Amino acid sequence: MIEYINQGSQDTRSGFGAGLTELGRTNPNVVALCADLIGSLKMDQFIKENPNRFFQIGIAEANMIGIAAGLTIGGKIPFTGTFANFSTGRVYDQIRQSIAYSDKNVKICASHAGVTLGEDGATHQILEDIGLMKMLPGMTVINTCDYNQTKAATIAIADFEGPVYLRFGRPKVANFTPVDQTFEVGKGLLLQEGADVTIVATGHMVWEALGAAKILKEQGISAEVINIHTIKPLDDAIILKSVAKTGCIVTAEEHNFMGGLGESVARVLSLNHPTPQEFVATQDTFGESGTPAQLMDKYGLNKEAIVAAIQKVVKRKK
Amino acid sequence: MQTQTILEQTVSQVRRDILRMVHKVNSGHPGGSLGCTEFLVSLYNEVMDLKEGFDMNGENEDVFFLSNGHISPVFYSVLAHKGYFPVKELSTFRLINSRLQGHPTTHEGLPGIRIASGSLGQGLSVALGAAQAKKLNNDSHLVYTLLGDGELQEGQNWEAIMYAAGKKVDNLIATIDLNEKQIDGPTDVVMPMGDISAKFLAFGWYVLIVKDGNNLSQIIATLKKAKSMTGKGKPICILLKTEMGNGVDFMMNTHAWHGKAPNDEQLEIALAQNPETLGDY
Repeated sequence: MIEYINQGSQDTRSGFGAGLTELGRTNPNVVALCADLIGSLKMDQFIKENPNRFFQIGIAEANMIGIAAGLTIGGKIPFTGTFANFSTGRVYDQIRQSIAYSDKNVKICASHAGVTLGEDGATHQILEDIGLMKMLPGMTVINTCDYNQTKAATIAIADFEGPVYLRFGRPKVANFTPVDQTFEVGKGLLLQEGADVTIVATGHMVWEALGAAKILKEQGISAEVINIHTIKPLDDAIILKSVAKTGCIVTAEEHNFMGGLGESVARVLSLNHPTPQEFVATQDTFGESGTPAQLMDKYGLNKEAIVAAIQKVVKRKK
Repeated sequence: MQTQTILEQTVSQVRRDILRMVHKVNSGHPGGSLGCTEFLVSLYNEVMDLKEGFDMNGENEDVFFLSNGHISPVFYSVLAHKGYFPVKELSTFRLINSRLQGHPTTHEGLPGIRIASGSLGQGLSVALGAAQAKKLNNDSHLVYTLLGDGELQEGQNWEAIMYAAGKKVDNLIATIDLNEKQIDGPTDVVMPMGDISAKFLAFGWYVLIVKDGNNLSQIIATLKKAKSMTGKGKPICILLKTEMGNGVDFMMNTHAWHGKAPNDEQLEIALAQNPETLGDY
């Protein structure tokens, strides 16, 4: 298996910006909308190259969602960009009726997800968005782990028919997946084989999972690491195949344990192959101000937390 | 005025359809539907440039969005008589497994519907998106939308109203059903909205007023005038002063029939006031 190394830390939102720029050059139907956060969403280059295909909506997210839905009527593929909080909770009913129930081909692209936007605090963070979005019938939910994957996902969803929620973050994080990767919606990725425990991670927690696996190796525990970038539809098969071998699992996500990846995995397991599971996630709480690293530490969202969860779950194996 | 006669016949038949549909399932919204019958009959039969058949993208034809989705009975009847789907399907309104849901939806694939509506305040934004898609596609056709006046209490409308003028979306004609009534009573009592015309003007729209929004010739003349004003850098608003429950004497001058169906006896009286013209479903 590949040894994953950090090719140089970058923010996942810049991966989105790079993917959007490429789409601007390759797909004339792609249009972009933003609610006064062009710089934060890294949309500048797309706008520079395609001024007529960009819609600055102003601070009016509800209107942005409706306009995006309308743009699909006429064959456009709209990519909306704002923070994850303003992309979901703020406009839930607009997404529900005008996009999801109306089967509109809108890509809701959400930066600054989780706690890692940091100092702005809980008003601008969100730990509930995966749950909100995965509950919507027909909505595909993707949470990418690094720059390269975010870029690949952005490009891939333009050709994927139907509404998509693409979630990424603000801080610079390790960029470790291949530059030239093919992104397949709904397909989990086996990053590292192991025998004693399965770690299923999404978003920023994937790099932490790889770090945890290294620590565990020194302790004589062999961890299998799976990157689930698509939370809905979930790749049930890759998870079930892994737990059949390892017999226990830890899920890791920068999200509330309620409504997140962990609960989706738990459902698959309980229906098919009941397995001891521990959840690395926030514990039904809001975030707060702080640096991303401080917040990840305080809320138990790092490799140390994953290691602790694994030490717990392996003891629960029958 | 041969055309006028056919339109009048259609209006009478659509009213009958509305009444029979809501009566059959003892639910639905006859008041606003009856109030907007003349408008929608005129729009679809005299004003909009429509292709044969239906495709979702609506390229090279005018498109319409109903924002106040609760007046689905009138929308369904007008669409059916225009040939989008069989008139007899009106008999399935609000029944299980029907394409004619309580509020309009694309979800069941009913031809003629391009967006779900019912949760209020979203249609104008959608219309703005479709209008801008038309501009990108160099499609000179227009986008129409209809909103309730009570619906203007939803804040999203004002985001959209600001945007439309600010971004010069001038291929859009938005009509407000100004019946001055909503579920809980007169709009002036529930939530006084002041001078709606002045508000649209202040935001930078053209405003046209139809004094009798149930008069076919006034409606058609105003819609044609609105069409002539498109492409001049401003969105266009038509304030359509309608009578909720129009065409049924006991349903007029009250908000009581906003969301209530007539009983058997009331239906008979109401139908007697609106003769069958094109054939009941």
